[in-house]
Amino acid sequence: MSVELLNFIETVLNGLMSGIMYSLVALGFVLIFKASGVFNFAQGVFALFAALTLVGFQTGQVPFSHLINELFGTKLHHWYPEIHSFLAIIFTIITMIVLAWIIERLVLKHLVNQEPIILFMATIGLAFVLEGIGDLMWGSDVKVLDVGIPSGGSEWLENATIGLAAEGSEYYGMYIDVLNVWATVIAVILVTALALFSQYTKTGRALRAVADDHQAALSVGISLRTIWVFVWAMSGFIAMVAGIMWGTESGVQFSLSLIALKALPVLILGGFTSIPGAIIGGLLIGVGEKLAEIYIGGLFDIGAIENWFAYFMALVFLLFRPQGLFGEKIIERV
Amino acid sequence: MIYKETGQYNSNYRSDHAIFPLMQDKIAFSLLMLVAFLFVPFVVDSYWEKAILVPFLIYSMAAIGLNILTGYCGQVSLGTGGFMAVGAFSTYKLMTTYPDLNIMIIVIISGFISALVGILFGLPSLRIKGFYLAVATLASQFFLVWLFNKVPWFYNYSDTGQITVSERTMFGVPVTGAAAPPYATYLFCLVLVVVFGFAAKNMIRSKIGRSWMAIRDMDIAAEIIGVPPLKTKLTAFAISSFYIGISGSLYFAVYLGALEVTESFDIMAISFPVLFMIIIGGLGSMLGSFLGAAFIVLLPIVLKNFMVDLVGLSAVTAKHFEITIWGLLMVVFLIVEPHGLARLWSIAKEKLRRWPFPY
Repeated sequence: MSVELLNFIETVLNGLMSGIMYSLVALGFVLIFKASGVFNFAQGVFALFAALTLVGFQTGQVPFSHLINELFGTKLHHWYPEIHSFLAIIFTIITMIVLAWIIERLVLKHLVNQEPIILFMATIGLAFVLEGIGDLMWGSDVKVLDVGIPSGGSEWLENATIGLAAEGSEYYGMYIDVLNVWATVIAVILVTALALFSQYTKTGRALRAVADDHQAALSVGISLRTIWVFVWAMSGFIAMVAGIMWGTESGVQFSLSLIALKALPVLILGGFTSIPGAIIGGLLIGVGEKLAEIYIGGLFDIGAIENWFAYFMALVFLLFRPQGLFGEKIIERV
Repeated sequence: MIYKETGQYNSNYRSDHAIFPLMQDKIAFSLLMLVAFLFVPFVVDSYWEKAILVPFLIYSMAAIGLNILTGYCGQVSLGTGGFMAVGAFSTYKLMTTYPDLNIMIIVIISGFISALVGILFGLPSLRIKGFYLAVATLASQFFLVWLFNKVPWFYNYSDTGQITVSERTMFGVPVTGAAAPPYATYLFCLVLVVVFGFAAKNMIRSKIGRSWMAIRDMDIAAEIIGVPPLKTKLTAFAISSFYIGISGSLYFAVYLGALEVTESFDIMAISFPVLFMIIIGGLGSMLGSFLGAAFIVLLPIVLKNFMVDLVGLSAVTAKHFEITIWGLLMVVFLIVEPHGLARLWSIAKEKLRRWPFPY
């Protein structure tokens, strides 16, 4: 095989895997949008908050220590040495469930039947609140997140592919981050579990019923509010997984919350209401972005086009299918 | 008692269709204008100018622009930062290319350039609707900011990527640059805001505004009764971007003086705050644009003074608190009054009609 072809394959593979990371975030959006019609802008901050909480539990930080120290002149910082990651993850999941319950209680309940844009703005407000509370609780310094997922280039793959190029050409094998492979595996498990759950359990069926028709679901005795708490908790869980993946890769810091902006084009490309759409949209955007960065970005010699390329790609798709690839067909009546 | 319209008769259509049909409103507005033009310029100091008045005026301009698009025409846009950047950078390019051109003309031309860009990015709105469009407008935000950051021609190949304003005068008084006195920058912004504020108000009350609202309320029905969607949506995009472009131009030339695009026109720095302004102020309300802008400009100042000076927190913790409270207020506001400050004002007016003798 020629070096160009191998490079192309490497790019596509890397694109697919970073696409999975986008899909993970987009998945949380889709779940909430389907169940409650809320376009949850706070999903990215959810991921940040979950990752911050995870690190906080793991290292045994005292919550709000900065604030307490400043107000009372104490010197609190840690109350126990590190605990096992698994335990910390359990604690974080509990936190996210409590958070979902609080959000339903304090925000969603009061905003039923409001215009979608009002709900959207409320989630932006929520994003600010969570960001502020996350920083107040755990401090705003960049934290290292390590839950035992290996990262770095895969040597095995490098050695395995180095011989594929023609004799005498300069080729050093493919570079693929092990973390991305893990992310892919976990995402596949997560999506399978989700699909099984919504297909074969009672709560799952209720969830689908609510997504299909709120009023009909209410009339057969499904509690909308329980379902909402459930869905938000589930999105919180997915956000935690995304937060772990992105946090391991680049540290837990404010910029983590910006992955929401990365996931938005995935969302409109796949359609707001489709779980397969989120996955396939993520893969398409991941591959498109990586290819564009190398083959188009190289052409202009300016670089960093990945900031907007995904949006343009999604836009072009939308011009042909205004509801996204798998979104429900928009039927308008007067 | 105060807002009593008893005894005020409109004997012709002109007075019936006036912007302020009530005598009380006329008086209040004239007083406000008198204070703004004849009193404030003499007492304004540099702190008030830089921290409150000029940002308030500039954000009001941007809020009017976005309100035209989102509040009146119903097209949700998250690309405000991008269009403001267009205004700022066209001002910079015009200033450096034509050093003799009057600053007022430069600002207005920048508005027109933004309007052209707005039309371009408004084209997808004909096909894409709702949240899909909102996300699609983010494309303009990211693309424009990237463009001004990466193409050196826009910042005249300077090493830092910064653009810096040079001094320009109106009637012999500098209005841009470091030497501009507070009253000059304030008056410069005020004149533009008042003139274009009136223009916007009148547009909204005329045919074009009514067709925007028809499209907003139900676009298919509007199309059936003969409102052309293409023309209406694109004029909304153009006029909205014109206003936003002018505010971007002022933001750069009069307010900041020097800026770097990724920092100053970031989505978190401009696009979302301006969207909050019109939602907190009131979607589809001119008064709301101003109230929202005032709210958003004043809130951080009040919060910061309270946190740092009264409670005695460090600046970093206070910043986190500020973000939290800011978000909380927004959520509370949306729950309590989703129609914004303008609705509160009209409720107050309604109450004032009969106060203090309600029946």
